[in-house]
Amino acid sequence: MTVPEEPLRPADADGMAARIAAVASAADRQAFAELFRYYAPRVKAYLMKQGSDGARAEELMQEVMVTVWRKAGQFDPARASASTWIFAIARNLRIDVFRREKRPEFDPDDPALIPEAEAPPDTAMLNDEAARRLREALTALPEAEQGVLRMAYFEDKSQARISAELKIPLGTVKSRVRLAFARLRAALGDESEGTR
Amino acid sequence: MSVTHHISDALLADYESGALAEGWSLAVATHLALCPACRARARFAASVGGTMLESLPPATVRDDALAHVFGRIDTAPAQTKAAPAQTRQPSTVPEPLRVYLGATNLEALPWRRLGGTAFDLRIPTGDRKTNARLLRIAAGTPVPEHGHRGMELTVVLSGTLCDGDERFGRGDIEETDESIEHQPFAGTEADCICLAVTDAPLRFKSLLVRLVQPFLQI
Repeated sequence: MTVPEEPLRPADADGMAARIAAVASAADRQAFAELFRYYAPRVKAYLMKQGSDGARAEELMQEVMVTVWRKAGQFDPARASASTWIFAIARNLRIDVFRREKRPEFDPDDPALIPEAEAPPDTAMLNDEAARRLREALTALPEAEQGVLRMAYFEDKSQARISAELKIPLGTVKSRVRLAFARLRAALGDESEGTR
Repeated sequence: MSVTHHISDALLADYESGALAEGWSLAVATHLALCPACRARARFAASVGGTMLESLPPATVRDDALAHVFGRIDTAPAQTKAAPAQTRQPSTVPEPLRVYLGATNLEALPWRRLGGTAFDLRIPTGDRKTNARLLRIAAGTPVPEHGHRGMELTVVLSGTLCDGDERFGRGDIEETDESIEHQPFAGTEADCICLAVTDAPLRFKSLLVRLVQPFLQI
């Protein structure tokens, strides 16, 4: 019987982008093992929150991690942090497997796309320091706002459904999200306004 | 002219969390293709998901999970590089809508007359909760007056849509819900083509339209 390793803390996400780059450029197994140790238990926890039992969540988690290996070359640290990129892979797999739907996305290389007037100003928020500030700000949110974000991001519940389940008006759910986002943006020093 | 009507934070959170049904996501993604400001906001909403993933209490994974994953990586063929983007025809229809329509030109679509001067075109999606379609409304004429039983997302693709004091141009998105009874009409300068997604059959005020509604499937 092996002694389980100490689980990694949220802050151990630092440096994960470089590990994805190492997988992409050199098929680096050590880097992948470190990614796995940090993300596999979290991806599995995410899938269990979506209603999968342990065995199914384990299987889907492995699928997500295989995808991380295979698509590592498509990871663009200017567009997303490692955690955000892996979250998107897990989310898309869940939509595909549980709902048998697609998730339509814009194509960044589409000539019909209206381009940014200038380079996106917010790449700074993707570095480790910004990720740490975002984590802290998230933990510091009022419980009501955290609760709404958890239901949306982890439980696949739309605002309308959250409103029905919590028996609070839809407007209240929306304003909690708006307030939560405003606080998180402020923590990142991002002055750009949300809308509505 | 740049986009002036944007997506709410609540809708962005639903899109990035994956909670939105496919039809709604099609409207959001079409707006994002036409609105750089909302793309930046969407990146932020996505990063909230990534950060929340970091904060999840880790589950226990099987001892042999990593070995299993390496096993699958070794037996499956390596991912081939994504094919270089094909030369694409110039199009005013952004992705992902273009794939759904299978057309690059809005004019050449098999429009179906809705009665009067309005046309529509249903867009099949993988979900059963929404109705997605394109609407084409002749310049200066109203969209049949309607209230909603649920949410509606409208993204203008060409021309303008006027609703009360507000004007919606290319790329603009309008979010309405059951509390809103409105009378949008196409601007006078050109026909208006928009993507309209609803989650329930529209409730038309006109008795005639209501009578034929079941046959039109609107």
